[in-house]
Amino acid sequence: MPDYSWPPMDKRRVMGKRISRVDGIAKASGKAKYNSDLNPNDLLYAVLLTSPHAHAKITAINTSEAEKMQGVTAVRVINGAGKEVQWVGHEVALVAATSETIARDAARLIKVEYQVMPHLVHEQDLSKASGRTRPAGEVTTGDPEKAFQEADAVSEGQYGIPVITHCCLEPHGCVISFDGRKATFFPSTQNVSGMNADLAKGIGIPVTDIHTHQDHMGGGFGSKFPTELWHIEAAQLSKASGGRPVKMFLDRRQELLIAGNRPSVFSKIKVAGTKDGTLTAWQSQTWATGGIGGGGLNADQMPYVFRNVANRKINHTAVSLNTGGSRAWRAPNNPQLSYITCCALDDLAAKLKMDALDFYLKNVNLTARPETYRYQLERGAEIINWRKLAHLRGEGGSGVMRRGLGIGVNMWGGLGHDSKCRATINSDGSVEVALGTQDLGVGCRTAVQQVAAESFGLPFESVKVLIGDNQLPVSGASGGSTTIGGVSVSTRKATLNAVNKLFEKVAPALGTEADKLEAVDGRIQVKGNPAKALTWKAACSKLGPDKIEEMGENVSRNAAREGLITQGAAGVQMADVSVDIETGVVKLNKLVAVQDCGLVVNPKMTESQIYGACIMSICGALMEERVADQMTGQVLNADMEFYKLAGIGDIGDIVVDLDLRPEMDKRGIIGIGEPCAIGGVAAIANAVANAIGARVDMVPVTPNRVLAAMGTIGKRSA
Amino acid sequence: MLSDVKDPTDTKQPQESPKKRKSPFSRRGFLQGLGVTSGVLTTGVLEQEAEAAATAGPVAGPGEVPITLTINGKPMKVSVEPRMTLLDTLRGKLDHTGAKRVCDRGTCGACTVILNGKVAYACTILAIDAQGKQIQTIEGLSSSGKPHPISQAFVNNDAQQCGYCTPGMVMAAKGLLDRNPHPTEEQVKKGMSGNLCRCGTYMGIRKAVVEASKGNVVARGVDHA
Amino acid sequence: MEAFEYANPTTLPEALKLLGGSWSDAQVLAGGTDLISMMKDYVVSPKRVVNIKSVAALHGVTQTPKGVRIGATTTLDELASNPILRAQYGSLVTATLGITSPQLRNMGTVGGDLCQRPRCWYFRNGFGLLAMKDGKSLVPGGENRYHAIFGGGPAYFVSPSSLAPALVALGAQVTLQSASGSRTVDVANFFVAPKDENTREIDLKPEEILTEILIPPAAGSQNATYEVRHREAIDWPLATASVSLKMVGGKVAAARIVMGHVAPTPWDAAKAAEWLKGQSITEATAEQAGAAAVEGAQPLSQNEYKVQLAKVSVKRALLAAAGKA
Repeated sequence: MPDYSWPPMDKRRVMGKRISRVDGIAKASGKAKYNSDLNPNDLLYAVLLTSPHAHAKITAINTSEAEKMQGVTAVRVINGAGKEVQWVGHEVALVAATSETIARDAARLIKVEYQVMPHLVHEQDLSKASGRTRPAGEVTTGDPEKAFQEADAVSEGQYGIPVITHCCLEPHGCVISFDGRKATFFPSTQNVSGMNADLAKGIGIPVTDIHTHQDHMGGGFGSKFPTELWHIEAAQLSKASGGRPVKMFLDRRQELLIAGNRPSVFSKIKVAGTKDGTLTAWQSQTWATGGIGGGGLNADQMPYVFRNVANRKINHTAVSLNTGGSRAWRAPNNPQLSYITCCALDDLAAKLKMDALDFYLKNVNLTARPETYRYQLERGAEIINWRKLAHLRGEGGSGVMRRGLGIGVNMWGGLGHDSKCRATINSDGSVEVALGTQDLGVGCRTAVQQVAAESFGLPFESVKVLIGDNQLPVSGASGGSTTIGGVSVSTRKATLNAVNKLFEKVAPALGTEADKLEAVDGRIQVKGNPAKALTWKAACSKLGPDKIEEMGENVSRNAAREGLITQGAAGVQMADVSVDIETGVVKLNKLVAVQDCGLVVNPKMTESQIYGACIMSICGALMEERVADQMTGQVLNADMEFYKLAGIGDIGDIVVDLDLRPEMDKRGIIGIGEPCAIGGVAAIANAVANAIGARVDMVPVTPNRVLAAMGTIGKRSA
Repeated sequence: MLSDVKDPTDTKQPQESPKKRKSPFSRRGFLQGLGVTSGVLTTGVLEQEAEAAATAGPVAGPGEVPITLTINGKPMKVSVEPRMTLLDTLRGKLDHTGAKRVCDRGTCGACTVILNGKVAYACTILAIDAQGKQIQTIEGLSSSGKPHPISQAFVNNDAQQCGYCTPGMVMAAKGLLDRNPHPTEEQVKKGMSGNLCRCGTYMGIRKAVVEASKGNVVARGVDHA
Repeated sequence: MEAFEYANPTTLPEALKLLGGSWSDAQVLAGGTDLISMMKDYVVSPKRVVNIKSVAALHGVTQTPKGVRIGATTTLDELASNPILRAQYGSLVTATLGITSPQLRNMGTVGGDLCQRPRCWYFRNGFGLLAMKDGKSLVPGGENRYHAIFGGGPAYFVSPSSLAPALVALGAQVTLQSASGSRTVDVANFFVAPKDENTREIDLKPEEILTEILIPPAAGSQNATYEVRHREAIDWPLATASVSLKMVGGKVAAARIVMGHVAPTPWDAAKAAEWLKGQSITEATAEQAGAAAVEGAQPLSQNEYKVQLAKVSVKRALLAAAGKA
């Protein structure tokens, strides 16, 4: 068996290099075809009709006028008479027609009668949610009551983080053709290999009769794993239309209403500490919603990262609302937990009149990785110039513009998922790796190519990578920062297995044994002896009419033992803001992200991903919020105008500091997608508190909320 | 000018339009609309003019009408209902799918094209209204087969992730640099303010636009940093 | 979007003839940045759309002895880059640049900016301009963070126009043309707070076209606009103020202070302007004028902050106009 371990840092020729993404030109020139770009012959367009009510019973539905319309090929009722719809946007019917405008006109001709029922779409005020709540977790450790009594300082606060949506730029949907026996499926998905099972069940054919393909996808962030109701219904429309392909993508409004969101968390938190800044007790009451199903939270994860505090009392309540359901959202629950924890700790530090950085340093022993967090806090402080710029809360001067600094922390697993890869070496020297994974835009394709090129000892450009198809070896869904670990291991093993076979083939010609050979710089040579070598091409020509095809596999549960990958990323984010205290407008000056992520396959793309995560945090901290209206049950900002994302001028400067020290590198590869999206919201919220001398009780930190926190205005109810 | 002039009262036009909406502009309705019956204007002249407008005015649709769009310098004939946007026409009828449909309400910039030299949102322009204009799409940037320097700068600076906003960003950058070849970083921020990205690629975009503005963009397969 | 007829007249008389007697008959298309979205959302569904961009006479900026004439289809970008306007009407240029999207400035027109419909999210979600339900507006008890703090209802939306406050402060007028003739209206009177669902928020009839804007000579007046915005990316202002000052010997001889995004119309703070007369502009007088400008504000449950933002906008606009920002 080959030695799969990674080459030492200084010996890597392709891995660890800042290689530009391989599909970059295709995307930046508009040539990359996303599945929403497909225009196959005979294409039909499907339009979804959804509920205008937050809660209602459908008493009658009549599709006959729509069906009669010229150009309409089929209509499917998804929820018919007798069914309850439980949020605005709940699916009612789907229409297929020869053009999108016809389908849209036809959908409007479907007559639905609703018996409107009571709804609840707000969860912030728990007292108004009676009958819609359920206990969802309780933890007590130590003796919190005693600890609070004995504490030198106790800080109490309220912290809220509202529902936000994924707002993927490419909406959810697919192009699908289904003739009753076989289906060809072009979804926008994070799960090329795994999405077919439920579709197969839904349309009643064997999973092997579904061919799924996706070259590029326009954003998922955790919302694009499952087979959707619409996929199944679109398939049925295709079948009913003689197998013609049907294009079914949500419109923007639907995308924001029903394609997933991140649960809110509202909280009342009490924390206690000693004079020297040691955190001694944590008490929290939290509540959250993720739609009709309530809103879960792992109560035992609090306080986030500083979980080893001796005394804790925690309870969590789930609130069921008549709003679209939540889905995994980049580091599920962690940004919320980081936000409420770091804000509560920051408030305690302020109460103790202690510098926040000193407070965190004092308490790193309560984390699972004290040395890592200590290093990162100090490193972040150096980059953001903490020691020079920091001041105690509210001591940010007397001018109109007040500056402040804040800290947020993160942790994540990121262990690679199950993945299989097939590596091929052809007799003409060409090589290929194939795996049923997907590139969400994080650079998976490029990273796989780097790992493969490293193993083959070939230039990066000479490796062909095939991904994005369910007929390739099965690879896991891209979620939870599990992809890079999974695909790197399977690719490493497959390629080295293939190279090993090549060694066996050419060893006699070099007068040696297979295990004495290495593949390096385009040659097969006796280890360390370039004089006894064959060029890669010459070596491959010995395959004659044959080719080498070898598999490699990552089995997640064994992976840590093998040492190629691991789990457990940690990071610290620090923010520097300026607040105009007359208007409450917050300007982000700088966001620093110090992140440990083990062995880095491609620092250029890793940094990009962290920049992106920081920007998502900025959106969440300062702008993003789903606004639901209890009066009407509507989500009033299911658009990109009042659902606010940051633009290029809103993000200040972002500094990413990858922890590339050898001791981190030797841990192996860790996924990075989630962790860096966690701490930024807290960092920015704390920086604002530091600047203005008051806690804004929820994010996003809007002018409204800043002015209310400062007492400039008397009241605030949004 | 419109390539098709039709009697607006004629509802028997060849069309796929499902809802054959009757024109409100029967002569009688039209005259009432103008308040003619109240005798504000001289009746004789007005009636003549009104008749001309009602029967021979340059009105097209509501069914499909043939139009010609000049896309990347080439005239392209296509049949659209007046309500079709330029974006849906490009994507659905002409297979120019670089411009993306994201917000579909003139906010996010993913559909950015250049019209007569200026950036515009294709989702919020009627195709029929884009006749006679020079329409530049991202497909027209790299006709020689070689990537456009702005596209190359986006790749060099990793100014994209999922890439769905990228064609719009590249076109917005092109519009900016055509107008201001050497923008400051502040001008880049302002000039790119009509485009939104969800993955968060703005840091790379800033660098890419600055690199593109300096000229001589060379493909950088790997950074040596 | 419902199907419609499209007309592309090249002369104004022709265009006017193509309009109808009601808004559902025909709507004017200029930049389209509002109309097309509203049609997509079925907020309006005209049977005919009349493109007026091909009417050459409606386009362009010209200086006349009576001031500056801006044709209705002049784009916001053309406005912002016009040297005459840049030199004399900084308040208008600043207001235009507050529309931070270059695409929107290239597409959107000056006439369209004045005639665009409110962005009230109840209106845009199909609840009508006044968001009435059972004879009562949904707004006071609903999500009103972006709504009006002046006017007292029943209209609670805010006038969306970026240019209107500046134009009102500059004493501008608009020309409204119909087949039966033309009329000239002060921009200040062009905007009305509707009392019922069937009244428009602008004094424009379905058979009329807004053809031009006339701004009187700046004649040494000093003007400025200040805008509080949440985002640098394309966004609506939270509050704005435009001021125009005539200074004599360092003292205010005449002033006009107009706030935007605080009421269903541009909100003229006449009392504050009156109070300023005879004062020099200092941090203190500007602050006091700001306080006077928001006197009588009636914030709703979620928008008390806008009173503060309006006040600060006035202060900062005054300081900017006086060259003290």
